[in-house]
Amino acid sequence: MFTSSNSVEGSSSRRCAGCKHLRRRCTEDCILAPYFPANNPERFECVHKIFGAGNVARMLKMLPVDERAQAANSLFTEAYWRVKEPVYGSTGVVIRIQQEISAIRCELAKTLAQISMYEAHNAPRASATAATPLLQQLDTLGTQENMFLFDPNNPFNFS
Amino acid sequence: MGGNSPCASCKLLRRRCAKECIFAPYFPPEDPHKFAIVHKVFGASNVGKMLQDLPVHQRADAVSSLVYEANARVRDPVYGCVGAISYLQHQVSQLQMQLAVAQAEMLCIQMQQQDSPPSSLVLQKELVDDQKSFLLQNGFGGNFAPQVLNNVNLFPSGNVVFTPQEQSLKRESLWT
Repeated sequence: MFTSSNSVEGSSSRRCAGCKHLRRRCTEDCILAPYFPANNPERFECVHKIFGAGNVARMLKMLPVDERAQAANSLFTEAYWRVKEPVYGSTGVVIRIQQEISAIRCELAKTLAQISMYEAHNAPRASATAATPLLQQLDTLGTQENMFLFDPNNPFNFS
Repeated sequence: MGGNSPCASCKLLRRRCAKECIFAPYFPPEDPHKFAIVHKVFGASNVGKMLQDLPVHQRADAVSSLVYEANARVRDPVYGCVGAISYLQHQVSQLQMQLAVAQAEMLCIQMQQQDSPPSSLVLQKELVDDQKSFLLQNGFGGNFAPQVLNNVNLFPSGNVVFTPQEQSLKRESLWT
């Protein structure tokens, strides 16, 4: 477990990255200190630039303590991608993965169709084909993926 | 635009909506929720700075992506958009596995149709069946790494803080 680097007296060498950047005293119960250590100022600067220290502190405060580390990490990841790609941020990663999924589904559908064709040609009276269970799973996967579909005309599309 | 009706952001922030208001083209007054959610997660000031740093023709897309991420963060306060990425990458792995199984099946069918001596054909089929079995047991398509993510480090470098319970999550990371 990462230990806090805050200080009681506000000595600059023991303030967390957040309080150092904001030039304020870092208290013992500083909400940022466990997740933004002094030895990594860039991590806090990145998050502060995109979300703002106040928003980050508020979001972390709303969470149970055992979930805050993961929340801080995901906030940093999103902020990092937003700094790297100012237009799309981490949404750009979502779009690229969706394109990858689309390509793989096409390839899979093509392969399953070929299998069905071969089996129909070779055993026309066969009642079940190897492709059928896989095709059913393909349909199910499509429904699940749509939960996170990014549509620039409807960015609220989260089912 | 400004005009008679302030845009959603100026309405929420209770200020005069100037003619050159940077938010007005993207946050119309008819959709107050769109700005509200972005303001809640990123803050109006940060959004304004981000938009100002972008050329005009890219701002609409930037706003859409910010709305998407803000919505993700509100729905999942711990993982936000990163949770969606993780889920989708898991789907990529599942599909790759299924593609590998289907391609192995295809290979098997093609070999059955070849005009080969029975003994070597049986050996080839056994090898392919073994490969299929291996793929199914290990749940991964092996050689089919996602092309788009080959050179992308999805987790930025830098101190990432993990609690002891999350060390196992880190080992099982799906990031390439």
